[in-house]
Amino acid sequence: MAWQWFHRLGSPRWFYQKTSGWLPWLAAASVLLLLVGTVWGLGFAPQDAKQGNSYRIIYIHVPAAFLALAGYYIMAFSGAIGLIWKMKLSYAVMRAAAPIGAVLTFIALFTGSLWGKPTWGTYWVWDARITSMLILLFLYVGVIALSRAFAREQVADKACALLALVGTVNIPIIYKSVDWWFTLHQPATIKLTESSSIDPSMFYPLLVMIIGFYCFYAWTLLVHTRNLILQREWRTQWAQQVLRGEPLGDAG
Amino acid sequence: MASVDSIAVRDPAEPCHRAGPGFMALLRVELLLALRRRADIANPLLFFVTVLALLPLGVGPEPELLARMAPGMIWVMALLATLLSQESLFRSDFEDGSLEQLTLSPQPLYFAVLAKVTVHWLVTGLPLALLSPLLAMMLNLPAAGYPSLLLSLLLGTACLSLIGAVGAALTVSLRRAGLLLALIVMPLYVPVLIFGTGAVQAALDGYAYSVQLAVLAALLAAAAALAPLAAAGAIRISLDS
Amino acid sequence: MPVNEGQVMQFQFASIADFLSMNGHGVYVWIAYGISFAALAALALQPALRRRSMQRELARQQRIQQRRRERTQARPEPLAVSE
Repeated sequence: MAWQWFHRLGSPRWFYQKTSGWLPWLAAASVLLLLVGTVWGLGFAPQDAKQGNSYRIIYIHVPAAFLALAGYYIMAFSGAIGLIWKMKLSYAVMRAAAPIGAVLTFIALFTGSLWGKPTWGTYWVWDARITSMLILLFLYVGVIALSRAFAREQVADKACALLALVGTVNIPIIYKSVDWWFTLHQPATIKLTESSSIDPSMFYPLLVMIIGFYCFYAWTLLVHTRNLILQREWRTQWAQQVLRGEPLGDAG
Repeated sequence: MASVDSIAVRDPAEPCHRAGPGFMALLRVELLLALRRRADIANPLLFFVTVLALLPLGVGPEPELLARMAPGMIWVMALLATLLSQESLFRSDFEDGSLEQLTLSPQPLYFAVLAKVTVHWLVTGLPLALLSPLLAMMLNLPAAGYPSLLLSLLLGTACLSLIGAVGAALTVSLRRAGLLLALIVMPLYVPVLIFGTGAVQAALDGYAYSVQLAVLAALLAAAAALAPLAAAGAIRISLDS
Repeated sequence: MPVNEGQVMQFQFASIADFLSMNGHGVYVWIAYGISFAALAALALQPALRRRSMQRELARQQRIQQRRRERTQARPEPLAVSE
């Protein structure tokens, strides 16, 4: 009995119906949290003594960078589940996670570079974290490009899952090696502000933003996954009913 | 293709559970085949030399500047040459059906992939590494960097061949795979590049470079254990399409 | 830029203009937030657009099927003639 939910996950229809109720809550939570966090971070959090107001970018940069990396693991994990248990649903989650993760990585890079200009005086430095982010973006782009290259979705699913897994094995090595490379080449002029302790008045809005980003991630991942499911179950009766806006019976 | 013959001559009544003899036979056959296609061996080397000859034309002939760029440029070009030659790793075997035969043979696909990658390294990575001191000389690299360059390239190109095999196996069923292969494999090459150039740089700065070589060797060991597995899985996926 | 010490939840800027300029860092901050939220909005809206195009495609296919069905019904039993 305990495993029943797991077997049911194999049914895209069951998943689709089950998650319908969650969407409004997730959407409301993410919009609310992001709004509160943004207003708080932009207007009410105190100024940073060293960086002035430019530090306010971290309220977007840090959560986006968190989720960019976590998103890769979510993508690879669902791909692995697909490969092991041959579950259609987890492949859909994996395929949905790829563009979302790529956009979040882009946001992290973009905001990081805009933060760098007033802080370091240049838009781009080959700093360890930025470089790792860039490579993460390439990893995402590789998965997306591979997924588009195949004519058959089933083959694309498996190929992407395998590539994502290979990437997962590599990510810690890449991060470590980029770290090592950076300590070797670190220019003396660039002093990274490594703030080990952050004032609570600055941290709370960051916390709100991080939770908001997690909610947003969950929401968009669900919406994208549901759309992919509809696209793949296009021929079935229930998918056509959904698209026509007719109510669905119980999946059983 | 001959790799099929080598399997066919074995008595089917006696299943081969030990990988050793089968692996050596495959290795020999693959090597013979590779040596017969001379152009395929020469092309990556020519690419390597030609592009490096373009470097002074691009940045100017000042010896100091060239010496500073040499380790990185030689490494990046070796990486590109390996990558470009990798597209054809499984291609002809896929097209004539012998790849499918290999998956059906009693020998694990892991060893077949390992044999192919080993041969690929013997005909591309090894000559590239052996040629590198010549190019280092032309780019005015100080003599202190030669041993580290050679050793790091020997270890590193083997890593590159193994990692690239996964990408080659994933894209073998696609008609125009070249750029896609580069796109998916390049990020995975990053650690090898970092430690390869790191070894040369350390040698140039007068430090010991055994740490970097040890890391490269560790990467090679990990890649040798895992990459053929992933590539074997990718081959099965590609044959599905 | 009066920073009110002690009072945490206080609007940090004297005026709206001050808020917009952020001591010269405003450009970077506002562009960062603008582009980021635009990208997030695109992520959130893309499925809705895709869904609409799927709905249109489904409606189109059903119209074609409907028309085909009507045409075969209008014709007087082509199978019987051929047999």
